[in-house]
Amino acid sequence: MQVQSTPIDYLPIIFQMIIAVGFVVTTMLATHLIGPKRKTKDKLSTFESGIEVVGNARQPFSIKYFLVAILFVLFDIEVIFMYPWAVNFKEMGIPGMIEMFVFMATLLLGFIYIIKKKALDWD
Amino acid sequence: MGISLFYLVAFLSIFFSLLVIFSKNPVHSVLYLIITFFTFTIHYIILNAQFLAVVNFIVYMGAIMVLFLFVLMLLNLNRQSEPAKPLLLKLTAVIAGMCLLVTLAGSVKALHTSNPVLLHHPNLGLVQNLGRVLFSEFLLPFEISSILLLTAMVGAVLLAKKDETQPEA
Repeated sequence: MQVQSTPIDYLPIIFQMIIAVGFVVTTMLATHLIGPKRKTKDKLSTFESGIEVVGNARQPFSIKYFLVAILFVLFDIEVIFMYPWAVNFKEMGIPGMIEMFVFMATLLLGFIYIIKKKALDWD
Repeated sequence: MGISLFYLVAFLSIFFSLLVIFSKNPVHSVLYLIITFFTFTIHYIILNAQFLAVVNFIVYMGAIMVLFLFVLMLLNLNRQSEPAKPLLLKLTAVIAGMCLLVTLAGSVKALHTSNPVLLHHPNLGLVQNLGRVLFSEFLLPFEISSILLLTAMVGAVLLAKKDETQPEA
């Protein structure tokens, strides 16, 4: 039994996206056009709690954020591989489950390594 | 209708990928790259590769692009730290790029392309059918990919984590 689907089935999603983006663009354009504007130097300057601005926002930051992000992406890929398995879960039964658990065990090993190395701790 | 839609999306992909190269601001480049990936998602949907489309949408447009932005913020993007390249370097880059183009064009010409129009299993890209193939025919590559992910994890932790056992120099 082959599942049938065509690209035409995605047409409603495309319409939804067009409406979502179109709503945002129209609202932003309308507020920019309708709203009053007084562009003085004080109004356009960067403002935070009335303190003078020091430097700019382009500062290098800690690698720890990047580590968290890259680990998130790796586990994200793991979850994505679970998706075709979950759809076929009943049909594949126990062998499919063992196959998936081998896959997940390898990644669990990586997770234990991360925990043991304290890579997610913020010292 | 299908072929004209393909040409429209292909034009958009090339247009936005050119904007990625030509925009001066690196953050703008990343934003254009997101739009380029979105056009790739539409390409996948047109090819009926629906699982790939969703994965491209979630992983590439969502996660990978956040990583790209992070890399940009890890670099020092202040203007004085980025000097203009000398003319000789630009000339060398143009020659090297042209050499690559000639090589690619030659290899494409030399190889016999397979029949691109005929799709033998039009529904292969659906999630359920793909899962069936993935867990039977391509089980070994699938399990090996977990080892690939594991090495990526270990590598990232090793590179980013300071080793406490070593005395600080």
